[in-house]
Amino acid sequence: MPSNSRRQTVIGHAILAVAALVALYPFLSVLLLAFGEPGTRTSGFSIPTSISFDNFTEAWRRGLFSDALTSSLIVAAAVVIGTIVLAVLASYALAFFPFPLKGPMLGLLLIGLVMPYEATVIPLYYQLKDWGLVNTYWALILPQIGLSLPFAVFWMRTFFVSTPPALREAAAVDGASRLRTLRSVLLPMATPAIGTLATLLFLFAWNEFLLALVLVPDNRSVQTAPLALSFFAGNRRNSDPGVTAAAAVLVALPVLISYIALQRRMISGMLAGAVKE
Amino acid sequence: MSGLRAWSARQYWPAFFYLLPAAVFYTLFVLRPLGQTAWVSLFTWDGITEGRWVGADNYSALLDDGRIPSAIAHSLVFVVFYAVFPVALGLFLAALMSRIRVRGLSFFRAVLFLPQILATVVVAVSWRWIYDIDGPLNAGLRAVGLGSLARAWLGDYDTALPAVGIVGTWVMYGLCMVLFLAGVQKIPTELYESARLDGCGPIREFFTVTLPALRGEIAIALVLTITYALRNFDLVWNTTAGGPGTSTTVPSVFVYQGAFLTHEVGSAAAISVCLTAVVLVVTGVIMRLVRGKEG
Repeated sequence: MPSNSRRQTVIGHAILAVAALVALYPFLSVLLLAFGEPGTRTSGFSIPTSISFDNFTEAWRRGLFSDALTSSLIVAAAVVIGTIVLAVLASYALAFFPFPLKGPMLGLLLIGLVMPYEATVIPLYYQLKDWGLVNTYWALILPQIGLSLPFAVFWMRTFFVSTPPALREAAAVDGASRLRTLRSVLLPMATPAIGTLATLLFLFAWNEFLLALVLVPDNRSVQTAPLALSFFAGNRRNSDPGVTAAAAVLVALPVLISYIALQRRMISGMLAGAVKE
Repeated sequence: MSGLRAWSARQYWPAFFYLLPAAVFYTLFVLRPLGQTAWVSLFTWDGITEGRWVGADNYSALLDDGRIPSAIAHSLVFVVFYAVFPVALGLFLAALMSRIRVRGLSFFRAVLFLPQILATVVVAVSWRWIYDIDGPLNAGLRAVGLGSLARAWLGDYDTALPAVGIVGTWVMYGLCMVLFLAGVQKIPTELYESARLDGCGPIREFFTVTLPALRGEIAIALVLTITYALRNFDLVWNTTAGGPGTSTTVPSVFVYQGAFLTHEVGSAAAISVCLTAVVLVVTGVIMRLVRGKEG
């Protein structure tokens, strides 16, 4: 019996190690390619002998990636801030205040949580075009705040419900208003939950592709990083794979850095968010 | 009128003050577009001139459209690659490691989760390189003397669909493994001991202890992977854009092409309505099945 379970331990960990290698390999091979000499096509099985940044300077020069990274940062930051402010207010009411039609409201939010973006993107385009906002930052910020709300509201509501009622009662006894209770009692406690939520919303907004493709297709100065990468990689003139790989690394880098710093929080957040669905 | 008086007496208005900003955004950018998609799907519209009411004609036209059955077939193939394979891989690992304390779990978790946080465009660019005619896959084949198999995997009619499918398996298997390993570590060891006392072999043990205990995790994994497989616009658009020919088309590609490239907005909206309905129904059914068994 013990030898059997020992064998299982070894095989199990071996499978995990292979799985981890496979998960790393595609991005590693892109890294190798990007740091190779321009024009060379590192197969990915050999260790490179020299490191070159030429692919990066070339991608940076041709792809307007400084604009794209700035755009992504502006859009993601605005979406995170806007969504969190609206979601905190709404989920506070949904968690604690009695009012009619609460059930149907949560049901409507649930639809938005599950629904694919394809369901809204066509009218969104014509609506924003009417307002003259297509090809501006607003075309990405405003809809993404709306579309992020279900996730953020359910997230914050779950947190608020889990806080001890005694705290709110004590605040009420002290004569604190609803807004005061939220600001001085609940929000300080909510900092970790809001932090994780902000990280996830930032990740989703940074990686969003379909909305950017549809809503800012013709203005290069507001294109987000994934959209710029998609156009860059799809352009036949940029057929040097090393330069395309460098562009992909540039787009992934901010997310990778935050992942290395915050991975525990991001993973448990994504799993917990999924569980709540 | 008495309802209105009760309304003001009970002071519901503060709740609505807090809800209003979110409600405005949600209505303007989610609920209203959702309704408009359904409304537009009842018109023939090129996006510019006045639309013409056609009722359900866009939907019946979909039934006659030869492109649709193959797009649905591709979606089902993707469900196998994106959902069935990753869940099976994850369950296999969970079964193997059900009574083993996993060493270095947080490291494996971080690495296995990496495909989930990379932008789909980055994933697509990485895999386009792997499948490239000069890329690592073909280099590896040539190195082991199978150079005759080398090809542009995403540009070949026979291999493009499974090639995109494998990218989906790669994106999703780590998530399933992490979910199921975390779940399996929470199962009390007494359950396994009593199963063993009852004379259960490893296979019966899996079906009587591990699988039922992981029901919640399996449901989550299925919802996430199946909905991703059914939408699947980002990955398909950035690897093959539906090609070569129509060998990797999926409904969401027709939504984008119809609405923004070929100006058949009504028909694109009809596809989008069907896609949304399928996603909502699949999610509902999976969640209902899990809850039903629990209750």
